[in-house]
Amino acid sequence: MQDKQERLALWQKGLDKAKARFPERKDKFETSSEIPLQTVYTALDRPEADDFALPGEFPFTRGVQRNMYRGRLWTMRQYAGFASAQESNERYKYLLSQGQTGLSVAFDLPTQIGLDSDHPLSEGEVGKVGVAIDSLADMEILFSDIPLDKVSTSMTINAPAIVLLAMYLAVAEKQGVDWAKLKGTIQNDILKEYVARGTYIFPPEPSLKIITDIFAFCAEKVPNWNTISISGYHIREAGATAVQEVAFTLADAICYVETAVAAGLQVDDFAPRLSFFFNAHSNLFEEVAKFRAARKLWAEIMSKRFGAKAPKSLLLRFHTQTAGSTLTAQQPDNNVVRVALQALSAVLGGTQSLHTNSRDEAMALPSEDSVRIALRTQQIIAHETGAADVVDPLGGSYYIENLTAQIEDRVKEMLAKIDELGGAVAAINSGFIQRQIQDSAYKYQLDVETKDQIIVGVNQFTVEDESQPELLRVDPAVGIEQQQRLTELKGQRNAQAVEQTLATVRQAAEKGDNLFPPVLDAVRAYASLGEICGVLREVYGEYQAKDLV
Amino acid sequence: MAPIRVLMAKPGLDGHDRGAKVVSRALRDAGMEVIYTGLRQSPDQIVQAAIQEDVDFVGLSCLSGAHNSLFPKVVELLKERGAGEIAVFGGGVIPEADIPGLRAAGIEAVFTPGTSLEEIVSFIRERVKKDHA
Repeated sequence: MQDKQERLALWQKGLDKAKARFPERKDKFETSSEIPLQTVYTALDRPEADDFALPGEFPFTRGVQRNMYRGRLWTMRQYAGFASAQESNERYKYLLSQGQTGLSVAFDLPTQIGLDSDHPLSEGEVGKVGVAIDSLADMEILFSDIPLDKVSTSMTINAPAIVLLAMYLAVAEKQGVDWAKLKGTIQNDILKEYVARGTYIFPPEPSLKIITDIFAFCAEKVPNWNTISISGYHIREAGATAVQEVAFTLADAICYVETAVAAGLQVDDFAPRLSFFFNAHSNLFEEVAKFRAARKLWAEIMSKRFGAKAPKSLLLRFHTQTAGSTLTAQQPDNNVVRVALQALSAVLGGTQSLHTNSRDEAMALPSEDSVRIALRTQQIIAHETGAADVVDPLGGSYYIENLTAQIEDRVKEMLAKIDELGGAVAAINSGFIQRQIQDSAYKYQLDVETKDQIIVGVNQFTVEDESQPELLRVDPAVGIEQQQRLTELKGQRNAQAVEQTLATVRQAAEKGDNLFPPVLDAVRAYASLGEICGVLREVYGEYQAKDLV
Repeated sequence: MAPIRVLMAKPGLDGHDRGAKVVSRALRDAGMEVIYTGLRQSPDQIVQAAIQEDVDFVGLSCLSGAHNSLFPKVVELLKERGAGEIAVFGGGVIPEADIPGLRAAGIEAVFTPGTSLEEIVSFIRERVKKDHA
């Protein structure tokens, strides 16, 4: 040790001389989370505790399984959905035929906010950022000819997640598929909606109650379903740093577990079905370290804070999406390279599933050609680079291990701060988390303005004349057609059954009973999403954001 | 001279407000008075707020693809209510091909991803100068 420190000190003198003659490119080198970086890392910088960590063992820094991708590759899961259920169904079948291994449903904004396509606020939004689903009838078309026991399906749905999952279960019934065979995920993460994504409906308290209802119902009836995907992705997209992304995500996760435990659930009954969703941003090493640190932190939180005993309760399993906010509208083909490197960080970090963004997404929803390149990017990483052949290939790197420990320390500090504020909900209600994210977003933009942060093709290496690629267009007629379908449905269904089941939903909401069974009955009777959420809005009220800038 | 007043608004259901908030802060740092509406505003609510707050500019941000229906409506309603002198600009995930249509509908400037804050600030300052000229 003494020896090593002496050698390092000597080496440092040589370095200082060299720097005096040739100044460095920047005054300071640091990561997105403002972690200062040394010139080089050595055995002296590696935390000793992790000296002989192995994957598949507590605290799982190196991976949740022993052999990771040597057994099965990550799930290649492209988030898709646009226009009508019919068109989205065709895109899904195309993606599956191209070797995609899981579905990921994007819903349009009215669906995500629990409004029907004919609601005045839905104007212009129907079918735009995802598929429009008004009732079980649309869901049946969305999954027609896709056997639900053969695919795993992720649904990006939060405030009305209970309704969309109920629709999925109803489709499975019609296909004759046992619920125990269903695999997939609902996002169901309301807390990040308040701070980063914006598709909230109800206030935090009833929202958390609905989430707990879903945990309880699925633990019994849909045992292989991931009942929540606690998401840092959107927090990062909104401007957070890597450290903030992990800290706020884990703070939200802690709140969900606390709420469920307070409602009387046993932690090991639901914790194995909790999953996570992170962002793969552009600083390759910081991202790899971030994924490793998150796994370790969660394992420790679950075992120490919540006393979880089941091995699966300790595992932070996560989906990753490359960073949409890093895509540029300028020279869009460059985005293919950005996405490839970000995706590599997710694989080196041990993700369970991955979405790679398409090159044209700074301009519109992706075209079919662009989506294929994005999927091929994952296949190239999986089959050509060797990145999937050894578990945690960067483990033991002095730099990566040091960075992992530094991220861990900083996240712990932030979690302690949030605990002090009274937990995630209190930190949201006071605007603390929103402010943190905004400050980071603004700082980043100022760095771009001053060129402390170079964005290739945007603030340097620009070209004058840019050719415009072919973009996907959603036919504006989709909105009108969707409204017509809904009107027809309302004429054909059993109105009495709709009324009765909606009344039962209201009763359950008022009494505080588990909402899942009555919502399922309403869905089966073809009550619309807007009708079901309308009843819940009347009982629970709507969240009023306190937007401070 | 009184400070320039700007209403930053999020029309429609889009929840992506990073851009709107970053631009709001930049305009404020440039000495302007900025009011941010928050999410999920109908064109009608935006126009009401613009008139009530007596602003010089309305900045619209939309990343959901609903800009073609929502932006022009704001301009129309402003004119209808005798507030046509309020200048409207917009930004977000907006395909190049949509920009001429939006300009023709009275959106004076459209800022797409990669726009510098400087550009937006100078658009507003130039526009004010033109008004006073």
